[in-house]
Amino acid sequence: MRVWKFGDNIDTDAIIPGRFLTIYDPAELARHAFEGTRDEFRLNVQKGDVVVGGRNFGCGSSREHAPLSLKGAGVEVVIARSFARIFYRNAVNTGLLPIVCDQADLIADGSEIVIDLTNQVIIAGKGRLPIEPVPGFLNAIVEKGGLVEYARSLTEVPLCTESRR
Amino acid sequence: MGATIVEKIFSSRCGSPVRTGDVVMAPVDGAMIHDITGPLAIQKFYEMGGVRVFSPSKVIMLFDHQVPADSIEAAENQVFMRKFAAEQSIYNYDIHEGVCHQVTLEKGRVHPGDLVVGADSHTCMYGAVGAFATGIGSTDMGFVLKFGSLYFRVPESIRAEVTGEFQHRVGAKDLILMMAGKIGADGATYKAIEFTGETVGGMEMADRMTCTNMAIEMGAKAGIVPPDEVTWRYMAERGGAAPVPLASDPDATYAEKRTFEVSDLAPQVAIPHNVDQVVEVGKVAGTPVDQVFIGSCTNGRFEDLKSAAEVLGSLSFSDRVRVIVIPASRTEYLKALRAGLIEQFVTAGALVEAPCCGPCMGGAFGLLAPDEVSLSTSNRNFRGRQGSTAASVYLCSPATAAASAIRGEITDPREV
Ligand code: SF4
Repeated sequence: MRVWKFGDNIDTDAIIPGRFLTIYDPAELARHAFEGTRDEFRLNVQKGDVVVGGRNFGCGSSREHAPLSLKGAGVEVVIARSFARIFYRNAVNTGLLPIVCDQADLIADGSEIVIDLTNQVIIAGKGRLPIEPVPGFLNAIVEKGGLVEYARSLTEVPLCTESRR
Repeated sequence: MGATIVEKIFSSRCGSPVRTGDVVMAPVDGAMIHDITGPLAIQKFYEMGGVRVFSPSKVIMLFDHQVPADSIEAAENQVFMRKFAAEQSIYNYDIHEGVCHQVTLEKGRVHPGDLVVGADSHTCMYGAVGAFATGIGSTDMGFVLKFGSLYFRVPESIRAEVTGEFQHRVGAKDLILMMAGKIGADGATYKAIEFTGETVGGMEMADRMTCTNMAIEMGAKAGIVPPDEVTWRYMAERGGAAPVPLASDPDATYAEKRTFEVSDLAPQVAIPHNVDQVVEVGKVAGTPVDQVFIGSCTNGRFEDLKSAAEVLGSLSFSDRVRVIVIPASRTEYLKALRAGLIEQFVTAGALVEAPCCGPCMGGAFGLLAPDEVSLSTSNRNFRGRQGSTAASVYLCSPATAAASAIRGEITDPREV
């Protein structure tokens, strides 16, 4: 997996600017991913590449266009030291795997890494960087590949009002 | 052990006590969608096998980001949403009411103690009336439209106690910018910020909305002001129900307690390109500006326009600056119109637009060219937020925006 490395506080306006929000098709959105912020991304990104950020990746707007534009570009995993809350949920829901890795800063731009989900580590050069597991309640969604697939498997939801009665 | 207001809201929605850290599938009291995030939410609703929405009267729909439609695609998206509204018997405010968050509150669609979601990050603004409200993405919204509920992790709270009296021409926006500077862009991630203290208690609803609106700029899941007389009066004006006490217990557990003193607070400015890069206005005074935007869900209410107009008086805006004023809603527009503010702005050289998001999102009109500088009363100054990624956006209060528009450069409103 080849790395596209970004810094701290990468906001959703940087991932997909506001003027492209009438588009919903991931492949079409991918043509504008990081436009004006890092133009080589949309020109050179390859299927299977991985985006790596610093702290607070995906802050800002709730636009799902952001994870969709990355998915459309063939990116299936985003690694960051921390994620903004809405982006994290949106990523899980759209089937883009967000991985929290406190040492994401040690991953170099353009390098090749391997993600070992079974052992919860990223192998980057000589380093083995531990990753945090996805919170339990989101696991079922990750396993289904997204919230749409998860929702389709439900006929009813287990409301807290019912389970606690 | 006592509970926070957030724990109490979730407990009441679930019918039994829940605590911070619990994950619950909770029923929502309201769900807001607009023209940008709505089409995808509806598409996801159908993909999930949705046929009828959970409760048409709990769905709040309107168009504000790209209105009137600024492209054929935007027009098509609106047609798609109108069809959905008709098919599902959802009331659609369409393009003429204003910015989603302002309209949702002023129409009385959110009540103290409610649990509300919106497909927009600034949904946290509804905490101004003592609701727990948070922004979600379109797929989550598709799920909500179908099931009427969503997974929530009950968040920790940060208690922000605000004390002191603002100086002349300093106010809520300066407070919230100062807080963003101190707490940082991710300092409240996954948490709720509870705004308390005498200063918040003394604020009218408009100023409280400015504060809760920007909770997300610190990463927060929600911002909330416990309901008091001001809240209940606001609700009563909207046909709301009788007051019920709702507040955190004195022995509630907080992730953090912080105090903020505003007596010596100077006007604050967030400098490019992050909301937490905040300085006193004096540090950037004299910076020439090309465009000044007074509006948005953060600062487009009558009180905001009035504060700008007070600074303006009978002066004119600088010829070097394009001044764009956009009231946040039709109601606020009418109040400003009747008070003579619109005439005052137009006479001074401003462009007054019909209620909408305008340049705030950089999707519709009022975009910036490379190297241009914008001073804005909105909530985000990310690179490229208002047009070119080579442009710069500064954030400030309506008073600072007006003072700067008069001089053509960033100006301390206390000096005009
Ligand atoms: S005014 Fe700006 S921040 Fe508010 S809803 Fe519109 S685009 Fe979002």
